[in-house]
Amino acid sequence: MVVGQLTASATRLIGVRRRRRLSSAVAFWTFMAPLALGLLVFKYIAILWGLLLSFSNARGTVALGNWVGLENYQTLLESPAFRAALVTIGLFTLFIVPTTFAISLGLALLVNRVPRGGAFFRTVFFVPGAVSYVTASLVWKTAIFNGLPSGLANALIGNFGAEPVFWIGTARPPWFWLVLVTVRLWLQAGFYMIIFLAGLKEIPRELYEAAHVDGARTGLATFRHITFPLLRNTSVAVLLLLLIAAFQAFDEFYNILGGGAQAQSGNNILARPPLVYLYAVAQGQQNYGLGSAGAFVLALLIILVTLVQGRAFGFGRSAD
Amino acid sequence: MRRRLGTLALYGPLTVLAAIFLVPFYLIVRTAVMTIPQSTSLTWQWFPTSVTLGNFATLFSDPSAPMASGLVNSALISTFTLVFSILFSSMAGYALARIPVRGRNLVLYAVIATLMIPGAVTFVPTYIVVGSLGGVNTLWGIIVPGLFNAFSTFLFRQFYLRFPVEIEEAGKIDGLGYFRVYWHLLLPNSKGIMVALGLLAFMESWNSFLWPLVIGQNPSDYTVQLVISTFLTEQGINLPELFAGACIAVLPVVVVFLIMQRYIVQGVTMTGIRG
Repeated sequence: MVVGQLTASATRLIGVRRRRRLSSAVAFWTFMAPLALGLLVFKYIAILWGLLLSFSNARGTVALGNWVGLENYQTLLESPAFRAALVTIGLFTLFIVPTTFAISLGLALLVNRVPRGGAFFRTVFFVPGAVSYVTASLVWKTAIFNGLPSGLANALIGNFGAEPVFWIGTARPPWFWLVLVTVRLWLQAGFYMIIFLAGLKEIPRELYEAAHVDGARTGLATFRHITFPLLRNTSVAVLLLLLIAAFQAFDEFYNILGGGAQAQSGNNILARPPLVYLYAVAQGQQNYGLGSAGAFVLALLIILVTLVQGRAFGFGRSAD
Repeated sequence: MRRRLGTLALYGPLTVLAAIFLVPFYLIVRTAVMTIPQSTSLTWQWFPTSVTLGNFATLFSDPSAPMASGLVNSALISTFTLVFSILFSSMAGYALARIPVRGRNLVLYAVIATLMIPGAVTFVPTYIVVGSLGGVNTLWGIIVPGLFNAFSTFLFRQFYLRFPVEIEEAGKIDGLGYFRVYWHLLLPNSKGIMVALGLLAFMESWNSFLWPLVIGQNPSDYTVQLVISTFLTEQGINLPELFAGACIAVLPVVVVFLIMQRYIVQGVTMTGIRG
């Protein structure tokens, strides 16, 4: 009788526990469902499908089945247009990453040091981040670098007696790089300045006082021995974000240099980054096999570059 | 004397830089209020000799530029993205932080793994999927793929991990299940992070270009960015009208940005941790 009662309550207890575990599982998957389904369909299935398509001949169709092995990858890597796109993005990265890094760090240092009005300056440098690449491209292309005497850039150099320059008209000299780099700089510098400012706030004040006692008198000395080494993690993060963003450049190239309709008809475009090339292949020619192959080559390249950068700068190592 | 020089050396460059950073905003407004003959004049002008607001009126009556529908589309798309991406991320973040089930870490890794693939690169594979679901040239085709944000989910998880267990326990003792705990206790207490990440999602969606360009080829589905872009690449454009459009496209975001800057800074700082 007693034993019977004990087993009964034991089974009830196990039942409760099992029910609770079950209800936990139900709750977990209910909460997870929207995100999990979305990531499954738009990331996992999309990427798998794209990968399979990259081994298929898929023109004007996204159906699988017409397997061609590595042909798409071969076509891609042998295509002068894709190689030119890789050179373009390499150059662009080389221009934009160090300049944005230096300028956003410089802005952060200045804003961090002012006794008054820091919030005002921070806002002014950061607010371009609210503007779209399309709008900024419009201003850069038609109001600043329009190639006529009525453009701001030509008006400025005209003050020194220089002739108007066709900024985005010629490959030699390649002035268009100045246009592309400055527009992204204006849009992004404030964003990275904010990240640097957060890093600067983490540095204990006492360190500066100690350095002062130890004889670090100039701003440069404290920057070299304290600020910069202690900003290491922030710097690595900023470099990483800058690299990833630069490799995916599309909007300003497309809107300033063109690349939609023109990309399909001829090669009269000054510079075309990989995403504009992929857009032309996938949208214009509807060659989804080749487009997918290009997407994977580019993704692989980005992952590789970030890994190399991480290794070079000791990603994950602590700041000491 | 020395101190005064130091202050000057600080405020001097800052003021010059600030002025340079503000020039493009000024140019947007300046060109938007110019007359057409002024805008096509060959000489540079800081200040237009006569100012007109007529460009804003012609913009909305110009049949070649679907500006009004572009603004409506952008507002719809961004608001939807804001609400649902934040809801989905916070729900998943809560589950990953607080509901103990077997294999939870595996699910977390599967979510985080999607961050390895750079976003813009996946536009070809995503186009393939959305296309086969019938989403080309539809508003939902523009919106839906952007609703699943693995990084926000991760940030919400971190946030809920730090959330005091006692509050949750107290709720459980009062008989609240996971759903009520989430809705009545956690959501009201995560307003800060929601506003921060929500605003970033809204701005990103409002300003995005590549995906709406790929998926919405009907002028009736154009976002405001696409309207400006098509306008820009056209021959013989009406510059003041185009800039009036840019003015209207930039204004709401800048105003929200200025009012909510504290939250946006918070959101960006969280993004910086990503590295």
